[in-house]
Amino acid sequence: MYKYDEYDQQMVDARVAEFADQVKRRLAGEITEDQFKPLRLMNGLYLQLHAYMLRVAVPYGTLDSRQMRMLAHIARKYDRDYGHFTTRQNIQYNWIKLEDAPAILADLASVEMHAIQTSGNCIRNISSDQWAGAAADELTDPRPWAELLRQWSSFHPEFSYLPRKFKIAVIAAEEDRAAMRLHDIGIQIVEKDGGHGAAFYVGGGMGRTPMIAPLIKDFVPLDDLLSYTEACLRVYNRYGRRDNIYKARIKILIHELGVDEYRRQVEDEFAHVKSLGIDPPKAEFDRIAAQFAMQPLDASAPDVIDRTDPDFAVWVDQNVAAHKVSGHAIVNISLKPLGGIPGDASSAQIDLMADLAERYSHDELRVTHAQNIVLPHVRKADLFPIWQALDAADLATPNLDLISDIIACPGLDYCSLANARSIPVAQKIAQRFADPLRQRDLGELKLKISGCINACGHHHAGHIGILGVDRKGTENYQLLLGGSGAEDVSLGTITGPGFDEDGIVDAIERVTDKYLSERTDGERFVDTYRRVGMAPFKEAIYG
Amino acid sequence: MKLLTGNDLKTGFVTWWTGADWSLHIEDAADVGEAGEAILAVEEAARRVNAPYIIAGEQTADGPRPAHIKDRIRALGPTVRPDLTLKPADPAAGDWVI
Repeated sequence: MYKYDEYDQQMVDARVAEFADQVKRRLAGEITEDQFKPLRLMNGLYLQLHAYMLRVAVPYGTLDSRQMRMLAHIARKYDRDYGHFTTRQNIQYNWIKLEDAPAILADLASVEMHAIQTSGNCIRNISSDQWAGAAADELTDPRPWAELLRQWSSFHPEFSYLPRKFKIAVIAAEEDRAAMRLHDIGIQIVEKDGGHGAAFYVGGGMGRTPMIAPLIKDFVPLDDLLSYTEACLRVYNRYGRRDNIYKARIKILIHELGVDEYRRQVEDEFAHVKSLGIDPPKAEFDRIAAQFAMQPLDASAPDVIDRTDPDFAVWVDQNVAAHKVSGHAIVNISLKPLGGIPGDASSAQIDLMADLAERYSHDELRVTHAQNIVLPHVRKADLFPIWQALDAADLATPNLDLISDIIACPGLDYCSLANARSIPVAQKIAQRFADPLRQRDLGELKLKISGCINACGHHHAGHIGILGVDRKGTENYQLLLGGSGAEDVSLGTITGPGFDEDGIVDAIERVTDKYLSERTDGERFVDTYRRVGMAPFKEAIYG
Repeated sequence: MKLLTGNDLKTGFVTWWTGADWSLHIEDAADVGEAGEAILAVEEAARRVNAPYIIAGEQTADGPRPAHIKDRIRALGPTVRPDLTLKPADPAAGDWVI
């Protein structure tokens, strides 16, 4: 894992001191809320429905046990004993006091963490594949490039006041586990003629105008990755609309310019930017990359799993994934217990996951955009004691990628932007499909719920998506089918008129029943939908 | 009726104008009639409230009730965590929101 050097630490410590002074001046009445708001937002501090909310960055979703324990400590000492893991691989605390914020940021800085650029019209936390460095199907570990982008984008003077927020994802596998093409820039490390380069997809996103990022360039030499990213940003920063917040994202610019014209401008800009010497010397990149290199795992470790316990066997089948090194596995910890709140974890649960990472997973954890946690490097021989510990803490629900593994934004229960509650709908759906056999029979089915058009719950990318809207002061839920955030990326289509809270659960059951009656061998829900189209599902839903 | 609400500057907690002060409890909220803007300006300048705004509500047997569900959730707390609301011991508290 990357460790801060003296520059990183100085930057973060200086920001803590600066923000402490800003808070002090705000509490003393020396600055108004209008003056203070952009300052607190630059440090991830929002004023939400019930209190201040602090969003803490987890760069590319990677953290160690020391950092994870600090997240538990903050939940316990400053919040209400829990945190909420988000679809941007971050964590949010919902009950923060303004007067505590500087102390929290200081605590975070002590473990090389911060909340910088988790809000505002800047480059946000760089996201990545939660299985990076462990996945059997990856070309290389994408995180050194994500880290390079983190360093480049932190306090970037030119990109601190973009037309709108900007999200970048980096992956290095054919299977897209990071919704890469639904980012402002999606970078995929690819291979060509025996060398590695980067495919750039630019102009994706969800929100009120969902778009899948088109391919801008299929192979950028890795030595040019930063310069090319900078060129993409510069064209956006110059021409992106600042007059209309709803048209300010880069996807709108590219849509209006056209892909070819945007590409032409990026190439022109790149020719100039490349001469500026932005890309790091190889030695500096190697210094970063070396920190992600692990002690070699023992490939002779036992590859056999004792599946005597039937509950353990089910969990292994559903939540454990293949590791690139024999005798090892990737453990996916579901934060979606039956009836629970998707993404929430208590301080005790966070501490437990930290303990397990330290003992069994080379001290590493990952936060996933699906609001789960990963132990990336586990010996297969250790899976059983890990499962036992997780099970005792209500963290062993065997539902990864099943219908109850629901992504849900905080919705109207917490968020001041929301129009409808998301969490109760997720809970009711999970209860309706509580039978684990029924869930497994349905197979992979990604259900995603947003409480407003901003789409933090990725409803456009759900095999089944739900969008909460306000209809004359009453919560109403629109149903979408056929979306995907994976390598088979697609945007969901609205089925028709919306439903109330109970009606949407009934509608989903009619949809899944229809799927079961239509599917052929081996078809996932989304495959059947793509084959038969909307009509039979619409007939099943509305009659 | 019209109600004045905002957040406490230090804690961020939701507060309601009682006619003389700010309270965490919607039951204490007063109808500000047409005086909301004037009260809001004075109170915000004095830093006794943060990000205040005026909402519509109705008087009920249980006291003032905001017209919009968002403000009713603000008044009580998250419906999915009854233990974190202002009325953790009242199993029917959520009904007031919905």
